Amino acid sequence: MSAHANLERRRQAIYGWLLLSPAAVLLTLFAFYPSVATLWSSLFSRGTRRKPTEFVGTENYAELFADPTFWIVVKNNLLYAGITIPVSIFIALSMALWANGKIRARGFVRTAYFTPTVLPMIAAANLWLFFYTPGLGVLDQIGSLFGLPSVNWLGQPETALWAIIIVTIWKEAGFFMIFYLAALQTIPADLKEAADIEGASRWTYTRRIVLPLLMPTTLFIAVNAMINSVKLIDHLFILTKGGPSDASKLILYYIYEMAFAFFDAPSAAAMTMMVIGVLGIVAAVQFLYLDKRTHYQ
Amino acid sequence: MTTTPFVKLDGVAKRWNGQLGVEGIKLDIPEGSFTALLGPSGCGKSTTLRLLAGLELPDEGKILIDGKDVTTSAASDRNLSMVFQSYALFPHLSVAENVMFGLKVRRVPKKERLEKLHRALEITGLLGLEDRKPGELSGGQRQRVALARAIVAGQRLCLMDEPLSNLDAKLRNAVRKDIKKLQRDLGITVVYVTHDQTEAMSMADTVVLMKDGHIQQVGSPEDLYSRPNNTFVAEFVGAPPMALLQSSVLDGFGDDKTIGIRAENIQIVPKGEGRMRCTVNESEFLGAETLIGLDHAGAAGLCVLKPGLSMMAEGNEIDISFHDENLHVFDAAGQRLAG
Ligand SMILES: Nc1ncnc2c1ncn2[C@@H]1O[C@H](COP(=O)(O)OP(=O)(O)O)[C@@H](O)[C@H]1O
Ligand SMILES: [Mg+2]
Repeated sequence: MSAHANLERRRQAIYGWLLLSPAAVLLTLFAFYPSVATLWSSLFSRGTRRKPTEFVGTENYAELFADPTFWIVVKNNLLYAGITIPVSIFIALSMALWANGKIRARGFVRTAYFTPTVLPMIAAANLWLFFYTPGLGVLDQIGSLFGLPSVNWLGQPETALWAIIIVTIWKEAGFFMIFYLAALQTIPADLKEAADIEGASRWTYTRRIVLPLLMPTTLFIAVNAMINSVKLIDHLFILTKGGPSDASKLILYYIYEMAFAFFDAPSAAAMTMMVIGVLGIVAAVQFLYLDKRTHYQ
Repeated sequence: MTTTPFVKLDGVAKRWNGQLGVEGIKLDIPEGSFTALLGPSGCGKSTTLRLLAGLELPDEGKILIDGKDVTTSAASDRNLSMVFQSYALFPHLSVAENVMFGLKVRRVPKKERLEKLHRALEITGLLGLEDRKPGELSGGQRQRVALARAIVAGQRLCLMDEPLSNLDAKLRNAVRKDIKKLQRDLGITVVYVTHDQTEAMSMADTVVLMKDGHIQQVGSPEDLYSRPNNTFVAEFVGAPPMALLQSSVLDGFGDDKTIGIRAENIQIVPKGEGRMRCTVNESEFLGAETLIGLDHAGAAGLCVLKPGLSMMAEGNEIDISFHDENLHVFDAAGQRLAG
């Protein structure tokens, strides 16, 4: 290779690194370093005045596995993710397909469904508090019209988590719909016309053309929804505080409790590491497996 | 060819919120013919084709295909195929899946499907590319996939909306011949939209020239070229287009008419012997001949062809002459007068 080409290549490489460095510095400072530090501190015991911290290896993890609350939280979170992710994606997709067809009302529908996303989380939670409050809440008011007894939606273990799930779906579906709507706009109108001429029904067209072309969006949304499902905490503060009797406690809330209510930083760190691990594995599977079967334009 | 037309449009009109798309479209298309819809962009060619395809519904008039009134039928019930300007290939499906899409939808058995696919790919020269995605094909190959998808089902009517406009000039010439041959071999009826008069003139049996949503003339290419209905047709068809003179420039034609004359019918004559004196404004070398553009106060688009390379200096004054039998006479409104 000529010296000239070599020089050019090196210039390109330096240019590339220069472009990368701001993001790399920030990520290192605020994401990579904290992750490693968390991993490190999860391997040490909790220090008290009499007993200083010492290296305990996986003991913190073992303790967590033996903690019944941890398993309740994991179960809650799995149920929460297992319901909110598919349901909000399904609702988002249906709403987007519907809103995309109705050209006249499109602007209005889009705004209406997007509103929950624009609302600050705390405001949204307060709004739902107003729906759920026993006796005074909108749900009970409607129920009483039909002679139904008052239900404390947020106050009883059987319904608390479901009440949270519904709030999440309400909030996420509108957000995801915007992504689907944007993706639908990029599908050229003549694909529908070509399918029409070939005799494809609306359903065939949706299933064979639209859904595959929306796959990249679905993948993106699924990863986001999954991350959101372990990120939820602010609704819990307002609506249930994780109760009653841990019935609506999710993983991040428990980590928060561990760290700032029980001051057990090592356990919180251990739990954080597990969340990062699980999220990493699931994201890798989603991208590696689904990516192969996804068409990018 | 049967006496009743295969495709019939009768007084078809389409408007959008009162804005004109097309109006008074009356057209008979015999089976097995190649009809070109020609006109400047925005004149309603695509609208006419889409009305025929069932992608738009007309506000007025009737559409018949193969003797059946299909005015309000769905596109899928009209038994036709279509090639889109953008090709409208499904980007996530392979060539084979794209071509077989319609067969699958119509539940053609797998064995028959594969046979038809093979034949369609063979005809369009796409064998070996079955598994490629449209994104991995060149423009010309994509165009042929669109063509293969249109012929695979064996529909008797095929509509094409500017199928060559995304190809480069050289490829366009080659594909033009391929499409024409395909239409002859398969014996299908093609309705072909183009804004390129060379394309329409060289491919079509019948040319339909449109302007502002109205049909200006329907006829064979030779008809349009040598007997244009009005001054619009005269100026649109032919390269170079017909020159138009005010009748006052010549003796014996009155003052309110327009006279048309084609470049090949004009001769340069020695000074003093011509019927008009003009100024050369440009010389354009075309290869086999040279096109000399001429200026004259009472004429537009006047030019003359000289064999070989023979440029003339700009600003030169020359005399030209022509025979009366080569003149086309149009009345004040631009309509052709008998002759
Ligand atoms: N969907 C539409 N809505 C409103 N106007 C349209 C629509 N489609 C076409 N038109 C109008 O109809 C006229 C003819 O358009 P078209 O048939 O596409 O012309 P072209 O001859 O270039 O194919 C144009 O003036 C265009 O603006
Ligand atoms: Mg057009």
